[in-house]
Amino acid sequence: MERMKSNDQFEMIVQKYWEGILGDWVEEQLSSTGTRKELFSKEELRTQSKEFILLFQEAISAGDLDPYQPHWGKVRDFLSNLSRSRGENGFSPTETATFVFSIKKPLMARLGKEINNDARLLFEELSRVSNLIDKLGLFTTEVYQKTREEVIRRQQDELMELSTPVVKLWSGVLALPMIGTLDSNRTQTVLEALLQKIVETEAEIAIVDITGVPTVDTLVAQHLIKTVTAARLMGAECIISGIRPQIAQTIVHLGVDLGDIITKATLADALAVALQRRGLRVVAVQAPRALQTEASF
Amino acid sequence: MEHIPILRMGPFLLVTIQVDMHDQLAMTLQDDLTNRISETGAKGVLIDISSLEMVDSFIGRMIGNIAGMSRVLDANTVVVGMQPAVAITLVELGLSLKGVKTALNVEKGMELLRKSLTESDIEEVGLDREETRNHGLTVCH
Amino acid sequence: MTVRKQEIMALRSVIDVSAARQKVRSWATELRFSIVDQTKIVTAASELARNTLIYGKGGTMRLEALESNAKRGLRLIFEDQGPGIPDISQALQDGFTTGGGLGMGLGGSKRLVSEFEIDSKPGEGTRIAVTKWC
Repeated sequence: MERMKSNDQFEMIVQKYWEGILGDWVEEQLSSTGTRKELFSKEELRTQSKEFILLFQEAISAGDLDPYQPHWGKVRDFLSNLSRSRGENGFSPTETATFVFSIKKPLMARLGKEINNDARLLFEELSRVSNLIDKLGLFTTEVYQKTREEVIRRQQDELMELSTPVVKLWSGVLALPMIGTLDSNRTQTVLEALLQKIVETEAEIAIVDITGVPTVDTLVAQHLIKTVTAARLMGAECIISGIRPQIAQTIVHLGVDLGDIITKATLADALAVALQRRGLRVVAVQAPRALQTEASF
Repeated sequence: MEHIPILRMGPFLLVTIQVDMHDQLAMTLQDDLTNRISETGAKGVLIDISSLEMVDSFIGRMIGNIAGMSRVLDANTVVVGMQPAVAITLVELGLSLKGVKTALNVEKGMELLRKSLTESDIEEVGLDREETRNHGLTVCH
Repeated sequence: MTVRKQEIMALRSVIDVSAARQKVRSWATELRFSIVDQTKIVTAASELARNTLIYGKGGTMRLEALESNAKRGLRLIFEDQGPGIPDISQALQDGFTTGGGLGMGLGGSKRLVSEFEIDSKPGEGTRIAVTKWC
Protein backbone atom coordinates (compact mmCIF):
# COMPACT_ATOMS: atom_id res chain seq x y z
CA MET A 1 0.00 0.00 0.00
CA GLU A 2 2.80 2.38 0.87
CA ARG A 3 4.45 1.65 -2.49
CA MET A 4 1.33 2.27 -4.54
CA LYS A 5 0.74 5.47 -2.71
CA SER A 6 4.24 6.74 -3.33
CA ASN A 7 4.11 6.06 -7.04
CA ASP A 8 0.81 7.89 -7.23
CA GLN A 9 2.34 10.75 -5.29
CA PHE A 10 5.21 11.17 -7.72
CA GLU A 11 2.91 10.86 -10.69
CA MET A 12 0.45 13.36 -9.23
CA ILE A 13 3.16 15.85 -8.45
CA VAL A 14 4.58 15.72 -11.96
CA GLN A 15 1.11 15.96 -13.47
CA LYS A 16 0.23 19.00 -11.37
CA TYR A 17 3.50 20.87 -11.52
CA TRP A 18 5.03 19.89 -14.86
CA GLU A 19 5.07 23.39 -16.23
CA GLY A 20 6.98 24.70 -13.27
CA ILE A 21 9.34 21.74 -13.43
CA LEU A 22 9.82 22.38 -17.16
CA GLY A 23 10.71 25.99 -16.52
CA ASP A 24 13.20 25.11 -13.82
CA TRP A 25 14.70 22.36 -15.97
CA VAL A 26 15.25 24.63 -18.96
CA GLU A 27 16.92 27.19 -16.70
CA GLU A 28 19.06 24.43 -15.25
CA GLN A 29 20.17 23.36 -18.74
CA LEU A 30 20.90 26.90 -19.84
CA SER A 31 22.99 27.62 -16.79
CA SER A 32 24.96 24.39 -16.89
CA THR A 33 28.25 24.28 -18.75
CA GLY A 34 27.10 21.10 -20.44
CA THR A 35 24.75 22.91 -22.77
CA ARG A 36 25.91 24.31 -26.09
CA LYS A 37 24.12 27.62 -25.86
CA GLU A 38 25.31 28.78 -29.24
CA LEU A 39 23.53 25.91 -30.93
CA PHE A 40 20.15 26.28 -29.27
CA SER A 41 17.82 29.14 -28.84
CA LYS A 42 15.95 29.22 -25.55
CA GLU A 43 12.80 28.53 -27.50
CA GLU A 44 14.20 25.43 -29.19
CA LEU A 45 15.43 24.06 -25.92
CA ARG A 46 12.08 24.70 -24.29
CA THR A 47 10.21 22.99 -27.11
CA GLN A 48 12.48 19.98 -26.98
CA SER A 49 12.27 19.75 -23.19
CA LYS A 50 8.51 20.17 -23.21
CA GLU A 51 8.14 17.29 -25.64
CA PHE A 52 10.23 15.11 -23.37
CA ILE A 53 8.36 16.02 -20.20
CA LEU A 54 5.00 15.20 -21.73
CA LEU A 55 6.24 11.80 -22.89
CA PHE A 56 7.83 11.30 -19.48
CA GLN A 57 4.54 12.05 -17.77
CA GLU A 58 2.67 9.62 -20.00
CA ALA A 59 5.14 6.89 -19.16
CA ILE A 60 5.03 7.29 -15.40
CA SER A 61 1.22 7.23 -15.41
CA ALA A 62 1.19 4.08 -17.52
CA GLY A 63 3.15 1.87 -15.18
CA ASP A 64 6.24 1.47 -13.06
CA LEU A 65 9.48 3.39 -13.19
CA ASP A 66 11.56 0.87 -15.13
CA PRO A 67 12.58 2.71 -18.31
CA TYR A 68 13.20 -0.51 -20.21
CA GLN A 69 9.55 -1.52 -20.03
CA PRO A 70 7.40 -1.22 -23.17
CA HIS A 71 5.43 1.77 -21.87
CA TRP A 72 8.64 3.76 -21.85
CA GLY A 73 9.12 3.10 -25.61
CA LYS A 74 8.25 6.59 -26.76
CA VAL A 75 10.57 8.15 -24.22
CA ARG A 76 13.40 5.90 -25.34
CA ASP A 77 12.76 6.74 -28.99
CA PHE A 78 12.85 10.43 -28.18
CA LEU A 79 16.12 10.09 -26.30
CA SER A 80 17.57 7.91 -29.05
CA ASN A 81 16.88 10.54 -31.66
CA LEU A 82 18.27 13.27 -29.49
CA SER A 83 21.35 11.27 -28.69
CA ARG A 84 21.90 10.24 -32.28
CA SER A 85 21.58 13.76 -33.53
CA ARG A 86 24.01 15.07 -30.92
CA GLY A 87 26.39 12.20 -31.58
CA GLU A 88 26.48 12.99 -35.26
CA ASN A 89 26.92 16.67 -34.67
CA GLY A 90 29.99 16.29 -32.52
CA PHE A 91 28.52 17.02 -29.10
CA SER A 92 30.52 15.57 -26.22
CA PRO A 93 29.03 12.74 -24.10
CA THR A 94 28.47 15.19 -21.27
CA GLU A 95 26.71 17.67 -23.50
CA THR A 96 24.42 14.90 -24.64
CA ALA A 97 23.66 13.38 -21.24
CA THR A 98 23.18 16.79 -19.59
CA PHE A 99 19.75 16.95 -21.19
CA VAL A 100 18.58 14.06 -19.03
CA PHE A 101 20.63 14.45 -15.89
CA SER A 102 19.75 18.10 -15.43
CA ILE A 103 16.09 17.23 -14.86
CA LYS A 104 16.97 15.59 -11.56
CA LYS A 105 17.43 18.77 -9.57
CA PRO A 106 14.06 20.42 -10.45
CA LEU A 107 12.21 17.10 -9.97
CA MET A 108 13.77 16.50 -6.56
CA ALA A 109 13.27 20.10 -5.51
CA ARG A 110 9.58 19.86 -6.33
CA LEU A 111 9.25 16.57 -4.46
CA GLY A 112 10.91 18.11 -1.45
CA LYS A 113 8.45 20.98 -1.52
CA GLU A 114 5.33 18.80 -1.82
CA ILE A 115 6.25 15.93 0.48
CA ASN A 116 7.08 17.92 3.57
CA ASN A 117 5.60 15.90 6.38
CA ASP A 118 6.85 12.39 5.76
CA ALA A 119 10.62 12.07 5.77
CA ARG A 120 10.55 8.35 5.08
CA LEU A 121 8.31 8.78 2.04
CA LEU A 122 10.34 11.68 0.73
CA PHE A 123 13.52 9.66 1.01
CA GLU A 124 11.98 6.73 -0.88
CA GLU A 125 10.64 9.00 -3.58
CA LEU A 126 13.91 10.77 -4.06
CA SER A 127 15.69 7.43 -4.41
CA ARG A 128 13.19 6.16 -6.93
CA VAL A 129 13.37 9.27 -9.06
CA SER A 130 17.14 9.39 -8.89
CA ASN A 131 17.30 5.78 -9.99
CA LEU A 132 14.99 6.40 -12.92
CA ILE A 133 16.83 9.45 -14.17
CA ASP A 134 20.18 7.69 -13.85
CA LYS A 135 18.91 4.82 -15.99
CA LEU A 136 17.56 7.19 -18.62
CA GLY A 137 20.83 9.06 -18.62
CA LEU A 138 22.80 5.90 -19.12
CA PHE A 139 20.50 4.82 -21.93
CA THR A 140 21.13 8.13 -23.64
CA THR A 141 24.85 7.69 -23.26
CA GLU A 142 24.75 4.22 -24.81
CA VAL A 143 22.91 5.38 -27.91
CA TYR A 144 25.34 8.24 -28.17
CA GLN A 145 28.23 5.78 -27.99
CA LYS A 146 26.83 3.61 -30.76
CA THR A 147 26.30 6.65 -32.94
CA ARG A 148 29.88 7.78 -32.45
CA GLU A 149 31.10 4.33 -33.39
CA GLU A 150 29.15 4.53 -36.64
CA VAL A 151 30.63 7.93 -37.39
CA ILE A 152 34.13 6.63 -36.77
CA ARG A 153 33.59 3.63 -38.99
CA ARG A 154 32.36 5.85 -41.78
CA GLN A 155 35.37 8.11 -41.42
CA GLN A 156 37.65 5.09 -41.45
CA ASP A 157 36.16 3.97 -44.73
CA GLU A 158 36.71 7.37 -46.24
CA LEU A 159 40.25 7.44 -44.94
CA MET A 160 40.97 4.05 -46.45
CA GLU A 161 39.80 5.27 -49.80
CA LEU A 162 42.10 8.23 -49.60
CA SER A 163 44.97 6.06 -48.46
CA THR A 164 44.81 3.76 -51.46
CA PRO A 165 46.16 6.10 -54.06
CA VAL A 166 47.13 5.07 -57.54
CA VAL A 167 50.84 5.68 -58.05
CA LYS A 168 52.73 6.22 -61.27
CA LEU A 169 55.83 4.03 -61.17
CA TRP A 170 57.06 4.85 -64.62
CA SER A 171 55.77 6.22 -67.85
CA GLY A 172 52.86 3.97 -68.71
CA VAL A 173 53.08 1.94 -65.50
CA LEU A 174 50.70 2.45 -62.58
CA ALA A 175 50.71 0.77 -59.19
CA LEU A 176 47.89 0.37 -56.70
CA PRO A 177 49.18 -0.78 -53.30
CA MET A 178 46.22 -2.13 -51.37
CA ILE A 179 46.53 -2.15 -47.61
CA GLY A 180 44.41 -3.62 -44.88
CA THR A 181 41.40 -5.87 -44.89
CA LEU A 182 39.42 -5.49 -48.06
CA ASP A 183 35.65 -5.53 -48.06
CA SER A 184 33.63 -5.92 -51.20
CA ASN A 185 32.45 -2.32 -51.40
CA ARG A 186 35.79 -0.73 -50.82
CA THR A 187 37.54 -3.06 -53.24
CA GLN A 188 35.02 -2.26 -55.92
CA THR A 189 35.40 1.49 -55.45
CA VAL A 190 39.15 1.37 -55.42
CA LEU A 191 39.42 -0.84 -58.49
CA GLU A 192 37.00 1.35 -60.43
CA ALA A 193 39.20 4.30 -59.57
CA LEU A 194 42.18 2.38 -60.94
CA LEU A 195 40.49 1.84 -64.29
CA GLN A 196 39.68 5.54 -64.44
CA LYS A 197 43.31 6.39 -63.73
CA ILE A 198 44.42 4.02 -66.50
CA VAL A 199 42.36 6.01 -68.99
CA GLU A 200 43.51 9.37 -67.65
CA THR A 201 47.22 8.56 -67.68
CA GLU A 202 47.07 6.27 -70.72
CA ALA A 203 49.00 3.68 -68.74
CA GLU A 204 49.21 0.32 -70.45
CA ILE A 205 50.22 -1.57 -67.34
CA ALA A 206 48.74 -1.46 -63.85
CA ILE A 207 50.19 -3.38 -60.93
CA VAL A 208 47.78 -4.22 -58.13
CA ASP A 209 49.87 -5.05 -55.09
CA ILE A 210 48.21 -6.95 -52.27
CA THR A 211 51.25 -7.43 -50.01
CA GLY A 212 49.47 -5.45 -47.30
CA VAL A 213 46.29 -7.50 -47.48
CA PRO A 214 46.05 -10.22 -44.82
CA THR A 215 43.17 -12.21 -46.30
CA VAL A 216 41.26 -12.39 -49.53
CA ASP A 217 37.76 -13.85 -49.81
CA THR A 218 35.89 -15.01 -52.90
CA LEU A 219 34.20 -11.68 -53.51
CA VAL A 220 37.44 -9.75 -53.39
CA ALA A 221 39.15 -12.30 -55.62
CA GLN A 222 36.31 -11.97 -58.10
CA HIS A 223 36.57 -8.20 -58.07
CA LEU A 224 40.27 -8.48 -58.83
CA ILE A 225 39.63 -10.83 -61.73
CA LYS A 226 36.83 -8.65 -63.10
CA THR A 227 39.09 -5.62 -62.92
CA VAL A 228 41.87 -7.35 -64.81
CA THR A 229 39.39 -8.46 -67.48
CA ALA A 230 37.93 -4.97 -67.74
CA ALA A 231 41.40 -3.45 -68.03
CA ARG A 232 42.17 -5.81 -70.91
CA LEU A 233 39.00 -4.75 -72.71
CA MET A 234 40.21 -1.21 -72.38
CA GLY A 235 43.61 -2.05 -73.79
CA ALA A 236 45.69 -2.27 -70.63
CA GLU A 237 47.23 -5.16 -68.73
CA CYS A 238 47.05 -5.79 -65.00
CA ILE A 239 49.60 -7.63 -62.94
CA ILE A 240 48.73 -8.79 -59.45
CA SER A 241 51.68 -8.81 -57.09
CA GLY A 242 52.33 -9.51 -53.44
CA ILE A 243 50.39 -12.73 -53.22
CA ARG A 244 51.50 -14.28 -49.99
CA PRO A 245 51.51 -18.07 -49.49
CA GLN A 246 48.40 -17.94 -47.29
CA ILE A 247 46.47 -16.00 -49.90
CA ALA A 248 47.66 -18.35 -52.63
CA GLN A 249 46.28 -21.23 -50.56
CA THR A 250 42.97 -19.45 -50.01
CA ILE A 251 42.62 -18.80 -53.71
CA VAL A 252 43.18 -22.45 -54.55
CA HIS A 253 40.81 -23.60 -51.80
CA LEU A 254 38.09 -21.26 -52.98
CA GLY A 255 38.47 -22.74 -56.43
CA VAL A 256 39.04 -19.33 -57.93
CA ASP A 257 40.48 -19.56 -61.42
CA LEU A 258 42.95 -16.82 -62.18
CA GLY A 259 43.13 -17.91 -65.81
CA ASP A 260 45.99 -16.22 -67.57
CA ILE A 261 46.24 -13.29 -65.20
CA ILE A 262 49.86 -12.45 -64.53
CA THR A 263 50.81 -12.80 -60.90
CA LYS A 264 54.10 -12.00 -59.22
CA ALA A 265 55.31 -12.56 -55.68
CA THR A 266 56.63 -9.05 -55.19
CA LEU A 267 55.99 -5.56 -56.48
CA ALA A 268 59.63 -5.50 -57.61
CA ASP A 269 59.13 -8.55 -59.83
CA ALA A 270 55.98 -7.02 -61.25
CA LEU A 271 57.81 -3.79 -62.02
CA ALA A 272 60.52 -5.74 -63.85
CA VAL A 273 57.89 -7.43 -66.02
CA ALA A 274 56.17 -4.12 -66.64
CA LEU A 275 59.36 -2.41 -67.75
CA GLN A 276 60.21 -5.32 -69.98
CA ARG A 277 56.85 -5.06 -71.66
CA ARG A 278 57.43 -1.41 -72.26
CA GLY A 279 60.61 -2.38 -74.04
CA LEU A 280 62.81 -0.98 -71.29
CA ARG A 281 65.78 -2.39 -69.53
CA VAL A 282 67.61 -1.27 -66.40
CA VAL A 283 71.39 -1.09 -66.75
CA ALA A 284 74.13 -0.16 -64.35
CA VAL A 285 75.56 3.31 -64.81
CA GLN A 286 79.18 3.34 -65.94
CA ALA A 287 81.74 4.17 -63.22
CA PRO A 288 83.34 7.65 -63.51
CA ARG A 289 86.56 7.80 -65.52
CA ALA A 290 88.96 8.24 -62.59
CA LEU A 291 87.94 4.94 -61.06
CA GLN A 292 88.09 3.05 -64.27
CA THR A 293 91.76 2.02 -63.69
CA GLU A 294 92.50 -1.70 -63.75
CA ALA A 295 89.03 -3.07 -64.02
CA SER A 296 88.36 -2.06 -67.59
CA PHE A 297 87.59 -3.89 -70.81
CA MET B 1 19.72 6.06 -94.89
CA GLU B 2 22.44 7.33 -92.58
CA HIS B 3 25.96 6.00 -92.66
CA ILE B 4 28.74 6.28 -90.15
CA PRO B 5 31.76 7.88 -91.88
CA ILE B 6 34.80 5.69 -92.52
CA LEU B 7 38.14 7.47 -92.78
CA ARG B 8 41.11 6.07 -94.56
CA MET B 9 44.51 6.47 -92.95
CA GLY B 10 47.10 4.92 -95.18
CA PRO B 11 46.63 1.16 -95.07
CA PHE B 12 44.08 1.45 -92.28
CA LEU B 13 40.47 2.44 -91.89
CA LEU B 14 39.22 4.47 -88.94
CA VAL B 15 35.65 4.48 -87.68
CA THR B 16 34.53 6.70 -84.83
CA ILE B 17 31.30 5.55 -83.25
CA GLN B 18 29.58 8.37 -81.48
CA VAL B 19 26.64 8.21 -79.16
CA ASP B 20 23.65 5.98 -79.38
CA MET B 21 23.75 3.88 -82.50
CA HIS B 22 20.53 2.07 -83.22
CA ASP B 23 20.51 -1.45 -84.60
CA GLN B 24 19.93 -0.53 -88.24
CA LEU B 25 22.84 1.86 -88.23
CA ALA B 26 25.07 -0.83 -86.77
CA MET B 27 24.14 -3.29 -89.51
CA THR B 28 24.82 -0.66 -92.15
CA LEU B 29 28.24 0.00 -90.66
CA GLN B 30 29.12 -3.66 -90.81
CA ASP B 31 28.28 -3.77 -94.51
CA ASP B 32 30.02 -0.50 -95.31
CA LEU B 33 33.21 -1.56 -93.57
CA THR B 34 33.36 -4.92 -95.27
CA ASN B 35 32.95 -3.22 -98.63
CA ARG B 36 35.58 -0.58 -97.92
CA ILE B 37 38.14 -3.14 -96.75
CA SER B 38 37.63 -5.02 -100.00
CA GLU B 39 37.79 -1.90 -102.14
CA THR B 40 40.89 -0.43 -100.52
CA GLY B 41 42.75 -3.58 -99.56
CA ALA B 42 43.08 -2.08 -96.09
CA LYS B 43 45.21 -4.04 -93.64
CA GLY B 44 43.65 -2.79 -90.46
CA VAL B 45 40.47 -1.40 -88.98
CA LEU B 46 40.45 0.92 -85.99
CA ILE B 47 37.14 1.30 -84.20
CA ASP B 48 37.08 4.23 -81.81
CA ILE B 49 34.43 3.77 -79.14
CA SER B 50 35.65 6.43 -76.72
CA SER B 51 32.33 8.26 -77.06
CA LEU B 52 30.20 5.19 -76.47
CA GLU B 53 28.63 5.22 -73.03
CA MET B 54 27.11 1.81 -73.47
CA VAL B 55 27.97 -1.38 -75.29
CA ASP B 56 25.32 -4.09 -75.19
CA SER B 57 25.32 -7.59 -76.65
CA PHE B 58 24.16 -6.32 -80.01
CA ILE B 59 27.01 -3.87 -80.40
CA GLY B 60 29.35 -6.44 -78.94
CA ARG B 61 28.32 -8.92 -81.60
CA MET B 62 28.69 -6.26 -84.27
CA ILE B 63 32.27 -5.63 -83.19
CA GLY B 64 32.93 -9.35 -83.15
CA ASN B 65 31.48 -9.68 -86.64
CA ILE B 66 33.56 -6.82 -87.98
CA ALA B 67 36.69 -8.43 -86.53
CA GLY B 68 35.77 -11.77 -88.03
CA MET B 69 35.02 -10.42 -91.48
CA SER B 70 38.12 -8.27 -91.48
CA ARG B 71 40.29 -11.24 -90.65
CA VAL B 72 38.85 -13.13 -93.60
CA LEU B 73 39.76 -10.13 -95.73
CA ASP B 74 43.28 -10.14 -94.29
CA ALA B 75 42.91 -7.14 -92.01
CA ASN B 76 43.28 -6.73 -88.25
CA THR B 77 40.76 -5.00 -86.04
CA VAL B 78 41.58 -2.94 -82.98
CA VAL B 79 38.96 -1.40 -80.71
CA VAL B 80 40.11 1.67 -78.82
CA GLY B 81 38.93 3.97 -76.07
CA MET B 82 36.55 1.74 -74.16
CA GLN B 83 35.30 3.64 -71.10
CA PRO B 84 35.84 1.99 -67.68
CA ALA B 85 32.11 1.82 -66.89
CA VAL B 86 31.51 0.12 -70.21
CA ALA B 87 34.34 -2.35 -69.63
CA ILE B 88 33.06 -3.20 -66.16
CA THR B 89 29.54 -3.73 -67.49
CA LEU B 90 30.72 -5.94 -70.34
CA VAL B 91 32.61 -8.13 -67.90
CA GLU B 92 29.51 -8.44 -65.74
CA LEU B 93 27.39 -9.18 -68.79
CA GLY B 94 29.74 -12.01 -69.63
CA LEU B 95 30.50 -10.72 -73.07
CA SER B 96 33.96 -11.66 -74.25
CA LEU B 97 35.29 -9.86 -77.28
CA LYS B 98 37.47 -12.73 -78.38
CA GLY B 99 39.59 -12.14 -81.40
CA VAL B 100 39.39 -8.40 -80.92
CA LYS B 101 42.51 -6.52 -79.98
CA THR B 102 42.11 -3.44 -77.84
CA ALA B 103 44.11 -0.31 -77.09
CA LEU B 104 43.67 2.71 -74.88
CA ASN B 105 43.45 5.31 -77.65
CA VAL B 106 43.73 5.88 -81.39
CA GLU B 107 47.46 6.50 -81.25
CA LYS B 108 48.23 3.27 -79.46
CA GLY B 109 45.74 1.45 -81.64
CA MET B 110 47.56 2.61 -84.76
CA GLU B 111 50.84 1.46 -83.27
CA LEU B 112 49.34 -1.95 -82.64
CA LEU B 113 48.09 -2.19 -86.21
CA ARG B 114 51.44 -1.10 -87.62
CA LYS B 115 53.27 -3.69 -85.55
CA SER B 116 51.08 -6.43 -86.95
CA LEU B 117 51.82 -5.51 -90.55
CA THR B 118 53.91 -8.22 -92.18
CA GLU B 119 56.65 -7.64 -94.73
CA SER B 120 54.38 -8.55 -97.63
CA ASP B 121 51.69 -6.23 -96.28
CA ILE B 122 54.11 -3.33 -96.38
CA GLU B 123 55.11 -4.06 -99.92
CA GLU B 124 51.54 -4.59 -100.93
CA VAL B 125 50.32 -1.24 -99.79
CA GLY B 126 53.33 0.49 -101.25
CA LEU B 127 54.83 1.78 -98.03
CA ASP B 128 58.56 1.82 -97.68
CA ARG B 129 60.20 0.60 -94.49
CA GLU B 130 61.23 4.05 -93.35
CA GLU B 131 57.69 5.26 -93.40
CA THR B 132 56.36 2.50 -91.22
CA ARG B 133 59.18 2.81 -88.74
CA ASN B 134 58.87 6.54 -88.36
CA HIS B 135 55.12 6.45 -87.98
CA GLY B 136 54.87 8.36 -91.20
CA LEU B 137 51.22 7.80 -91.85
CA THR B 138 48.91 10.52 -92.92
CA VAL B 139 45.26 10.81 -93.67
CA CYS B 140 44.62 10.31 -97.32
CA HIS B 141 41.76 9.32 -99.51
CA MET C 1 8.22 1.51 -50.67
CA THR C 2 6.76 4.24 -52.82
CA VAL C 3 6.67 4.90 -56.53
CA ARG C 4 7.60 8.52 -56.98
CA LYS C 5 7.26 8.76 -60.73
CA GLN C 6 6.29 6.43 -63.56
CA GLU C 7 6.10 6.39 -67.30
CA ILE C 8 5.35 3.85 -69.96
CA MET C 9 6.98 3.52 -73.37
CA ALA C 10 6.09 1.49 -76.42
CA LEU C 11 8.64 -0.93 -77.84
CA ARG C 12 7.58 -1.45 -81.44
CA SER C 13 10.73 -0.73 -83.42
CA VAL C 14 14.47 -0.43 -83.06
CA ILE C 15 14.08 3.34 -82.79
CA ASP C 16 11.89 2.70 -79.73
CA VAL C 17 14.64 0.57 -78.20
CA SER C 18 17.04 3.43 -78.70
CA ALA C 19 14.59 5.89 -77.16
CA ALA C 20 14.04 3.54 -74.24
CA ARG C 21 17.79 3.47 -73.55
CA GLN C 22 17.99 7.21 -73.53
CA LYS C 23 15.01 7.54 -71.23
CA VAL C 24 16.51 5.05 -68.77
CA ARG C 25 19.80 6.95 -68.88
CA SER C 26 18.08 10.20 -68.13
CA TRP C 27 16.09 8.78 -65.19
CA ALA C 28 19.19 7.09 -63.80
CA THR C 29 21.06 10.39 -63.97
CA GLU C 30 18.21 12.14 -62.18
CA LEU C 31 18.28 9.51 -59.44
CA ARG C 32 22.00 10.21 -59.08
CA PHE C 33 23.21 6.70 -59.79
CA SER C 34 26.98 6.32 -60.13
CA ILE C 35 28.33 6.23 -63.69
CA VAL C 36 29.00 2.51 -63.43
CA ASP C 37 25.49 1.79 -62.12
CA GLN C 38 23.97 4.00 -64.80
CA THR C 39 25.81 2.09 -67.48
CA LYS C 40 24.68 -1.21 -66.00
CA ILE C 41 21.00 -0.36 -65.87
CA VAL C 42 21.02 1.22 -69.33
CA THR C 43 22.73 -1.85 -70.76
CA ALA C 44 20.26 -4.19 -69.05
CA ALA C 45 17.42 -2.05 -70.39
CA SER C 46 18.85 -2.26 -73.88
CA GLU C 47 19.07 -6.05 -73.69
CA LEU C 48 15.58 -6.51 -72.27
CA ALA C 49 13.97 -3.95 -74.55
CA ARG C 50 15.47 -5.64 -77.57
CA ASN C 51 14.24 -9.03 -76.34
CA THR C 52 10.76 -7.63 -75.93
CA LEU C 53 10.87 -6.37 -79.49
CA ILE C 54 12.44 -9.37 -81.15
CA TYR C 55 11.26 -12.35 -79.13
CA GLY C 56 8.13 -10.80 -77.69
CA LYS C 57 7.05 -9.31 -81.00
CA GLY C 58 6.76 -5.87 -79.49
CA GLY C 59 5.53 -4.66 -76.13
CA THR C 60 6.06 -1.99 -73.51
CA MET C 61 8.59 -0.79 -70.95
CA ARG C 62 7.41 0.92 -67.80
CA LEU C 63 9.80 3.00 -65.72
CA GLU C 64 9.25 3.57 -61.99
CA ALA C 65 11.34 5.75 -59.72
CA LEU C 66 11.27 4.10 -56.27
CA GLU C 67 11.99 5.15 -52.73
CA SER C 68 12.35 2.75 -49.81
CA ASN C 69 13.80 3.65 -46.40
CA ALA C 70 15.68 6.63 -47.80
CA LYS C 71 17.10 4.37 -50.57
CA ARG C 72 16.49 5.42 -54.18
CA GLY C 73 15.90 2.93 -56.96
CA LEU C 74 14.77 2.47 -60.54
CA ARG C 75 12.46 -0.30 -61.65
CA LEU C 76 11.87 -1.29 -65.25
CA ILE C 77 9.02 -3.57 -66.27
CA PHE C 78 9.06 -5.14 -69.71
CA GLU C 79 5.85 -6.70 -70.93
CA ASP C 80 4.77 -8.35 -74.13
CA GLN C 81 1.99 -10.59 -75.40
CA GLY C 82 4.38 -12.69 -77.42
CA PRO C 83 5.00 -16.42 -77.58
CA GLY C 84 6.46 -16.63 -74.08
CA ILE C 85 9.62 -18.40 -72.96
CA PRO C 86 9.35 -22.20 -72.92
CA ASP C 87 12.30 -22.87 -70.65
CA ILE C 88 13.10 -20.02 -68.28
CA SER C 89 16.02 -21.67 -66.54
CA GLN C 90 17.61 -22.32 -69.91
CA ALA C 91 17.10 -18.71 -70.93
CA LEU C 92 18.72 -17.54 -67.70
CA GLN C 93 21.75 -19.67 -68.37
CA ASP C 94 22.40 -18.58 -71.92
CA GLY C 95 25.54 -16.59 -72.28
CA PHE C 96 26.68 -14.37 -75.07
CA THR C 97 29.17 -15.09 -77.77
CA THR C 98 30.36 -12.72 -80.38
CA GLY C 99 30.28 -15.57 -82.83
CA GLY C 100 26.63 -14.92 -83.54
CA GLY C 101 25.32 -17.35 -80.94
CA LEU C 102 21.68 -16.80 -80.22
CA GLY C 103 20.05 -16.73 -76.84
CA MET C 104 18.42 -13.97 -74.91
CA GLY C 105 21.26 -13.41 -72.49
CA LEU C 106 18.93 -12.98 -69.55
CA GLY C 107 21.58 -14.30 -67.22
CA GLY C 108 23.85 -11.43 -68.11
CA SER C 109 21.17 -8.81 -67.56
CA LYS C 110 20.34 -10.37 -64.22
CA ARG C 111 23.87 -9.75 -63.02
CA LEU C 112 23.60 -6.05 -63.83
CA VAL C 113 20.65 -5.37 -61.55
CA SER C 114 19.75 -5.72 -57.87
CA GLU C 115 16.44 -7.57 -58.32
CA PHE C 116 15.17 -9.63 -61.23
CA GLU C 117 11.68 -11.11 -61.63
CA ILE C 118 10.45 -13.06 -64.60
CA ASP C 119 6.98 -14.35 -65.45
CA SER C 120 6.42 -16.14 -68.69
CA LYS C 121 4.09 -18.76 -70.08
CA PRO C 122 4.19 -20.12 -73.59
CA GLY C 123 1.34 -18.54 -75.49
CA GLU C 124 0.67 -15.94 -72.82
CA GLY C 125 3.49 -13.49 -73.12
CA THR C 126 6.31 -12.40 -70.85
CA ARG C 127 6.79 -9.98 -68.01
CA ILE C 128 10.24 -9.12 -66.70
CA ALA C 129 10.75 -6.66 -63.85
CA VAL C 130 14.21 -5.47 -62.87
CA THR C 131 15.14 -3.12 -60.05
CA LYS C 132 18.39 -1.37 -59.42
CA TRP C 133 19.05 0.40 -56.11
CA CYS C 134 21.43 3.30 -55.81
